[in-house]
Amino acid sequence: MIYNLPFIIVVAMIFIGLFAVIFKRNLVKIVIGISIIESGVNLFLITLGYREGGVVPIFTSAPADVAENAPGSMVLPVPQALTLTSIVIGVAVLALMLSLIMHIYRHYGTLDVRKIRRLKE
Amino acid sequence: MNWFETITMHSPALIVAVPLLTGFLLPLVSRINDTVRNLFAIIMLSITGFLIAILGYDVLTNGIRTYVFGGGNTVVNLPSGLMFHVRIIFEVDVMNVFMIFITIILAIIGIIYSFSFMKKEDGLDKYYTIVFLLITSTLGMELTGDLFNFFVFLEISCITSCALIAFWVHKGESLEAAFKYIVVSSIGALFFLFALGLLYAQYNALNMATIANSIQFSIIDQAALVLMIAALAMKAGLVPMHMWLPDSYGEAPPSITFILIAATQASLYGAFRVIFTLYGNVFNSINLASLNLVLTTNTMGWIIIALAIITILVGVFMALIQTDFKRLIAFAAVAEIGYIFLGIGVRLASKYVQYTGGNATAVAFTEYSSIALNGSIFHIINDCLDIGLLFLVAGAIYYATKETSLDKMGGLARNMKYTTIFFIIGLLAVSGMPPLNGFASKLMLYESTFQLNPIIAIIAVLASIMLLAVFVKVFYSAFMGPEQPKFKEVKEVPRGMLVAMGAIVVIIIIFGLFPNLVINNLVQPAANALTNYTTYISKVIPGVI
Amino acid sequence: MISLDSFLETLSTGSGFWNPLVWIIIVAMAFLLIYVLRSLGKKEYKEKTEQTQSFLSGNPEYEKEQMTIKGSNVYWGFTEALKWAFNVLRKMHTGNASDYVLWLIIVMGFLFITVFITGAL
Repeated sequence: MIYNLPFIIVVAMIFIGLFAVIFKRNLVKIVIGISIIESGVNLFLITLGYREGGVVPIFTSAPADVAENAPGSMVLPVPQALTLTSIVIGVAVLALMLSLIMHIYRHYGTLDVRKIRRLKE
Repeated sequence: MNWFETITMHSPALIVAVPLLTGFLLPLVSRINDTVRNLFAIIMLSITGFLIAILGYDVLTNGIRTYVFGGGNTVVNLPSGLMFHVRIIFEVDVMNVFMIFITIILAIIGIIYSFSFMKKEDGLDKYYTIVFLLITSTLGMELTGDLFNFFVFLEISCITSCALIAFWVHKGESLEAAFKYIVVSSIGALFFLFALGLLYAQYNALNMATIANSIQFSIIDQAALVLMIAALAMKAGLVPMHMWLPDSYGEAPPSITFILIAATQASLYGAFRVIFTLYGNVFNSINLASLNLVLTTNTMGWIIIALAIITILVGVFMALIQTDFKRLIAFAAVAEIGYIFLGIGVRLASKYVQYTGGNATAVAFTEYSSIALNGSIFHIINDCLDIGLLFLVAGAIYYATKETSLDKMGGLARNMKYTTIFFIIGLLAVSGMPPLNGFASKLMLYESTFQLNPIIAIIAVLASIMLLAVFVKVFYSAFMGPEQPKFKEVKEVPRGMLVAMGAIVVIIIIFGLFPNLVINNLVQPAANALTNYTTYISKVIPGVI
Repeated sequence: MISLDSFLETLSTGSGFWNPLVWIIIVAMAFLLIYVLRSLGKKEYKEKTEQTQSFLSGNPEYEKEQMTIKGSNVYWGFTEALKWAFNVLRKMHTGNASDYVLWLIIVMGFLFITVFITGAL
């Protein structure tokens, strides 16, 4: 049961992030919600690579019995590469959203998402 | 090998690399002169177009072509006999060739149009850089055979198109539209990444062909299918997740909207690939014994048909009451996406049809379901060309009169004769009038959906008539009517924009007069390649039947 | 690669066919007939006389800018008659950024419920 705990936390983080995006009124809180969803998905990607009793997947100076006899007891390396890419993409999107919020504040004078609605219907 | 075969062998990678290199070199080149920058851009795009022509000719005559990044084989033979793919693979079949053909036409005409349209603006070197990155990401989305690669290109197109929508930072509405676009797009892309993680955890592979080879329909696969289809349909503009589309298409500069249409169609291509190739084995193996006739008869097909009908109706009804020119055309674009999804839904839902005798019999993908898929794929290129032409005309009117609201225009046909003629042709093409290209694809959709259920075809025909009504309203209020005194000085738009619009009109008329040329040589092979997922798989994993 | 007579083929859908070149020939002949019939009519059109004044049921003619029907008033009858449908649509398109994400989650939840309950497709 303890090994399922990260997956439960992933689902909880995604729901908390969605709650922040849908029900909060401040633009900055919406962006924080998107950041929480992204952290949840990254945690999911790392967790699915875990193998029980595994070590870090680096061959240099690995414990002797791991490198030669049982390479299968290393943690999967591919999801870690996917997570790094996703973190970098998340940083770029976050920077773009925050600069847009700065410009929007200069034009509209408010950060309430219910008042930034010039383009409706 | 001679040089021609070497270029053909490397062309999938070069098609993505050349616009990327151009995008990064453009800030350096534009320090010299403006004309040198324009010339450099159009030369590099022509080189990309030449490579696409070579690749297309090779794929149409020789079959699927794969390109492995890093050289070597597509699979690695382990000592235990297991064949494992290890590298990122670009896999190009005729459906991919069709989509990159559409993208490069839209890109070349968009860049020629924006030479004249954006000539007086500031910050143009950054504009062209980001446009080339957008073209790179769209071409990459349509060429790749690897799911995580698709996600990376999807995110690149999301970031660059957000930056381009907010190009006019002095207006508040552009920033608002860009913010809404990036909020919804990044959440959709994160759900796509989540589904990707689910599939990787199940099958230990990221390659589309490898996953398609070993897919079963367990609970995790069902969850991944729902997440992927919801995210990709949101990026394509299916109602009720379409609301970012009128905002962003209406507030971006019109030459950007033209290239954004290509990016939207690339996400639509992703939905095609997920449904027909990735889950092709699942949808093909619905058998009669597992059908519960009350609940499960072709559920996914009928859900897509229902969403497509709602899309068509909401798009057309909302387009009728708009007052802003570009927003109205954007709602018409939403309705056209509904037609494409209607073809997909009819193809999926017609495998087992329940006749009134009470027994469900196997229709087994007869005539009308393949006509529906052909009509849907042909409608992709027709939709891009027609809606693109209307956006270019809207841009021409904005350039000449600085007005976007239909309430303040009138009597422009006296001053802008060529633009009026182009708008008339665009109007007739979008609403499906013979002999233009909209009629050919819509006729195929009407005939095939009528045989599944007549009500669907009736709603589609009525929506086409209402589209004609919408654009006749625009034509009347913008071009007809008495001459307004404030438009006395309005001249025709510069020649670059007229050349771009004229090129699209020529393509529309050719596709309308000779529809069989396109269908036999491009659309039918694309539909065949899409539904023969076994050929797609056997190019990567040799030895699979 | 493309033979000449493939230019002249007809497009055959499952239950019909469509040949644009035959259509153009027939429509051109119809236009020719209409032109012949029109030229058999009266020839008493003089420009810039009383014949070209617009008739507005006796009302005086105002400035050109006050005489145009604006774009949003063109289909007044249709939009008035279907006002219930258009008001529902207008209320649905709020312009609120959080509502966009809410619609995505609603459609995703609906798809989840349908696919999981109905089982194997």
